[in-house]
Parts: sequence; structure tokens; C-alpha cells
Amino acid sequence: MENTLKKNRMSPRRRVINLIVHIFLAVLAAIWVLPIFWIVLTSFRAEKGAYTATFLPQGYTLDNYVKLFTDKNVLNFPKMFTNTLIIAVVCCVVSTFFVLSVSYSLSRMRFGFRKTYMNIAMILGLFPGFMAMVAQYIILKAMGLSEGSAVRFGLIIVYSACTGLGFQIAKGYFDTIPRSIDEAARIDGATQWQVFTKITMPLAKPIVIYTVMTSFIAPWVDFIFAKVLCRANADQFTVAIGLWNMLQKEYIYQWYTCFAAGAVIISIPIAALFLYMQRYYVEGMSGAVKG
Amino acid sequence: MNAKKISVLNAVKHGDLLTKLSILLMGVGILGHGQMIKGIIVLAFEAAFIFYMVGTGLHNLAMLPSLGDNPGGEVWNEAKQVYEYVQGDNSQRLLLAGVITCFVIAAFIALWIIQMRHSYRLQLLKEEGKHVLTFTEDIKELFDGNLHITLMSLPCLGILVFNIVPLVYMISMAFTSYSKEDEHLILFDWNGLTQFKRVLSLNGNIGRQFWHVLAWTVVWAIFATFLNYILGMVLALIINRKDTRAKGFWRFCFVLSIAVPQFVTLMIMNIMLQPSGAINVLLMNAGLISQPIPFWQNAMLARITVIVINLWVGIPYTLLQITGILQNIPGELYEAARMDGAGPVKIFFKITLPYMLFVTTPYLIASFVGNINNFNVIYLLSAGGPTYVGDTAGQTDLLVTWLYKLTIDQQYYNLGAVIGIMTFVILTIITLVTYRNSKSYKNEEAFM
Repeated sequence: MENTLKKNRMSPRRRVINLIVHIFLAVLAAIWVLPIFWIVLTSFRAEKGAYTATFLPQGYTLDNYVKLFTDKNVLNFPKMFTNTLIIAVVCCVVSTFFVLSVSYSLSRMRFGFRKTYMNIAMILGLFPGFMAMVAQYIILKAMGLSEGSAVRFGLIIVYSACTGLGFQIAKGYFDTIPRSIDEAARIDGATQWQVFTKITMPLAKPIVIYTVMTSFIAPWVDFIFAKVLCRANADQFTVAIGLWNMLQKEYIYQWYTCFAAGAVIISIPIAALFLYMQRYYVEGMSGAVKG
Repeated sequence: MNAKKISVLNAVKHGDLLTKLSILLMGVGILGHGQMIKGIIVLAFEAAFIFYMVGTGLHNLAMLPSLGDNPGGEVWNEAKQVYEYVQGDNSQRLLLAGVITCFVIAAFIALWIIQMRHSYRLQLLKEEGKHVLTFTEDIKELFDGNLHITLMSLPCLGILVFNIVPLVYMISMAFTSYSKEDEHLILFDWNGLTQFKRVLSLNGNIGRQFWHVLAWTVVWAIFATFLNYILGMVLALIINRKDTRAKGFWRFCFVLSIAVPQFVTLMIMNIMLQPSGAINVLLMNAGLISQPIPFWQNAMLARITVIVINLWVGIPYTLLQITGILQNIPGELYEAARMDGAGPVKIFFKITLPYMLFVTTPYLIASFVGNINNFNVIYLLSAGGPTYVGDTAGQTDLLVTWLYKLTIDQQYYNLGAVIGIMTFVILTIITLVTYRNSKSYKNEEAFM
């Protein structure tokens, strides 16, 4: 009651508290935004090199972006970009199918293997990712997928083959869709397949979009699997390894500002996708926690 | 014993001639009981299995105990009177082939059991005069009642081939001498628990490093998980306060840092915190310090730095994930507490925190596991350093980053595998104790 009446005339004590809270938030926000702001500035910086004597650039230029897309001799960024795009598109299709299939089955169907599968998935999740990775490399090598353009295929397999283990968020979301809807459709003669494709999928649009986007983004931001699988196959490098290489001793002086430019370029679409799907992420999470 | 129960034992005991014939000739029972195509497919699988075993499988199994011992090289050929180059054994390949053969045999046994039971089921159906599904009806059923088989076979195959097989292969390496030490990269042997003893012993160099790294990993995981959780929650509460203006704007500022790929921000942080990086330049220009701060060169400072930067990385995630749940806390609880004169700090510790801990236990466990296996933050920030002379593990190395260094950089595959297994054991203990007791696991079905 008091709050609504004195909305615009707060007591002095509350005013001071509010002021402190807002200053505190502003300082924190500055800390969070500063590195991002700095990288954007660096991408337009005219001087080369990773270390400069001043915090702000002395001159501004677009050359870093131009060099990134035209200088193909040392680090071929356009090629890396195409590689990553191809991998990302294929992975996106395969992983989305895998994740949604497994999540739907675990959420809606009841079969003997169900609990076992969920327990196995939990156990596998406890192994460090690298343990499997070293062996995956040896297996891909034995299959002849570790040299030349086959590396791309190897990367696609590595990124998408095990995505069936990441069902938790989507399953949590499916669990929140009332089962009575399915049952009604079943009584009307729909098969499980029809329920899956014609009823559950449209109702679960947020989580479908979420799954598509996360699986599309994964190859852009992973660098460690790509680094181990590509080794010295420079034509097969993905964007992440390219950017990582730009920061190595031999390239850092010439390429540091280009690294910043590349980082900005791949961050913009990813940031846009992320900000768009953020609410689905939250919805998915709260579903998963509830289930 | 109920003869109607479908089991392998009953199939062998009470099966008719066709079912009994299936013990040797797989699929004959299914074929004979009216499911022609299915039976032929199963029979074809058996033929393929026998072909595989005779072709390579038996050889693979035979080589598994010794892992090969022919070093290869020049061999005198008596007939041609010349030295010939002979390809030696490659233990790594032999071990992989052996592991794969074991999986093929296991799959074959599973198929055998399935076909025995199926054959017996069909036999019972026939005896009772019930309808046996035709092949077309079977296919239809795969899109209806058996949809889970259609949907899950490919994902399961992917997991089996690219996760379970590699893991078993890697685990088996822990019991061999596969390592660059003593030049065992091509030919190696089983050597039992030698490497485990080395890692777990308190005296040796490797043992000393292991306990050191383990202690830091646990300290790191506790700090990284709980500081992120509590500080993220405090931030969420501050932003959600009734009097805070521009809530969306503040949230956007923090969430922006998640939107930029993590490896990019981490590498930038690494460069910014170098002795001549932006942070030191900024502080020195402002006259606050005269010497650069050795963020990555001093062990203690490096540890504090990775924890603090991880807060920068992790708090926005917590903010994003728990804002929704925070708003679900029943308002009456707060009203009642305020009536009783509780201050904001007391309300946080008596109401908000216990409620959140109750609801988000699975999330907390997942993030604890994630932090123990948090490769990116450590590898890209400090690369595990600083590293003392003679050590393979640096002062900020976690078990995972040490595992990476041991296998990829040093090629000590057996030691790396042991470290991986130890990580798994530790995580299993932690998870089993907490997860199994949490309410949300026990009541999984309750929310459906």
C-alpha cells in the first residue's frame, strides 16, 4: 500500500540504497562489457601487434577486416569459414534429428531399455571428453578419415555421432507437454509417428529452434576436437583453429588485429542467434530442472 | 517355472524343433514360424559374423594377449638370397582390432538372445492360434508402437561406435606400457596395474604431481561451482529488486558476454593479463602499480586469476538459468519473513538459498561435474602454467588438462588413460552420493 502511494517520493534512506545499487550494477556491467568493447576497438586498430603502450588505439582503420578476407597465403580465413559452414550445416541436421528422436522416445515411450539408456548416458557423461577423443582419432585414422578432405567428414562424425547423449533439456521440455494431447490423438487413430511429427513437434517449436541453433553453433566454437583431428591439414582448419593460430608466437604480431576482426565477425551472428534464443534456453532449463 | 514366460531358458527347454534349431542356425525359428524376411536377415547376420570371425576376428582375438611382438625390419630371405623389409606388428592397431572384435562378439550374443526369445514368442503365438505379424505389419509397427526402435537405433549406434568403443579402448590402454617413455609407441605389452601404482603412490614424481593436481582440481571445482552459483543468485536478486530500473538493460549487459564464443573471450583475457597486456598497461598508466602484476607467472596469483575470470564467464550463465526459478519462490514466504522483521541478508540465507538448493540440486551437480572437466577455461587462460622444471603438470592444471598434456603433448598414453579413469572414479563417487539422494531423481515420473 505504502509503495504504491509513495512511488515517486521515496524515503531518503531508500534513495541512497537505490543509488548505491545502481552504481554497483553499472560498475559490474562495465567489467562485463569492457573486454568485449576492447576487442571491437582492437579490430579497428591501425597499429599492429598484440601489446600496445596505450589502452585505446592511436588510429582507426578497416584494413584488418580487408586483410582477413583477402590475405590467403598464410592463414586462409575464407577457406576456414567455408569449411566450418559446411560442417555446421550437416552437423545441425544430424544432431537435431538425433537429439529430438532420443528426447521424444525417452519422454513419451515406455520400453525396457529406457532407464538403462538414461543411466548409461549419465555414466558416459562422467568420463572426461578427451579420453574418448584420443581413441576417436585413432579409430578415424584406421577408417582413413584423418587425411585430406576426409578430415571434414571425420569432424562431422565426431561432432554429431554422440549428440544422442545430450537429451536432457529437450526431454525436460517434452515432459511439460501434457500427455492427454497425445492420448486424444491416439484415440483418433494417429500412429506414434504422426503424434511425434504432427503434434509434439509443432507444440515443442521453442525447443526445436533451440536444438537447431545449439547444434549449428557447436562447430564454430569448438577448437580442441578440431585441433586434434586436423593436426597439420591446413586446408581443413575450422575458424576456431584459425583464430587460435593467429595468437601463436609466429603470427601474433602480424595477425593480432585480424584475430580481433575475425572474432567480431563470428561473434555477431552467434550473439544474434543467442540473444534470440535466450528465452528458449531459459524455458528449456527450467523444464529440465523440474523434470 | 512358467513355460509361458519368454526367456532363453524356456526357449531352449520348451522350444519346438525349429526353435531348438535356432540355437545353432540363427533365424531358422523366426523363419519357420512365419516371419520369412526377418528370419533371413537374422540368418544373414550370422553368416556375416562367421565370415568376419574366420577372416579377421579370430586372428584379432589371438593377438590380443600378446599385442604382437614382431619388431619388423630387415629379414633374410633364404629363397631369394636377399634382405627383405618386413612390416612389424603395431600394438596400437592390434589392441583396437581386439577391442572391436570383442564388441562384435558381444553384439552377436545379444542378437542370439533376441532371436531365441523372439522365436519362442512366435512359437507360443502359433500354438495359441494367434496372428503372427507379417513383414509389412512389422514395418508399420516400427512407426507406431515400436517407434522408439526406429528413432533410437541410429543415435545408439553413434554412441556405441564413437563413444563407448573409444572409451573401452582408452581404458584398456591404462593396463599396457603404451607410452613414449622407454620407446613403447609401436610395440607394447600388457603390464597390469603398474601405471595405477605409479599414479597413486605418494613417493614417485608422477604420484606427487597427481595428488597435487587432484587437490587443486577439487578446490577449483568447489570455488568455481559455488561462487558462481551464489554470486550469480545475488546478482539476479539485485536485478529483480522492485526498485531496480532498466532490468532488461542490465540483464543484456551480462548476457552479452555469453553470446561471444567462450574461446574468443578466454584468449583475449589471456592476452589482456600478460605482463605487457592491456590490464597492466591500464594500471601502470593510472599510476596504481609500478611493476606489471605477474598474473600467469606466479602460481598462487594464477590460481586466483583463473577462479576470478571463471566468475566472469560463469555468473551470466547462472543469472540466465536461475532468474526464472527465482521468480517461482512463493511470495508469501518473503511476506512472512518480512513481517517477522528479517533483513535482506537473513531472508537470502534462510529462504532464497535453501529453496534454490532444493530445486536446483541436479543443476548444481551437473555444473560441478562440468567444472571438474572444465578444459577450456584452464587450457585457454593459463594453459595449466606456471609449470615447474621436471613436472608435466603445471600449477593450475586440472586432471583433464593434465590428461591432454600427457596424451597429446607427451604421448604417455597409458598414464593419460589412468588419469582419465581416476577422474571418472572421483566423479562417480561424488555424483552417486549426491544425485541418488536428490528428490528430483527419485520423483522423475512424478512430474509427468
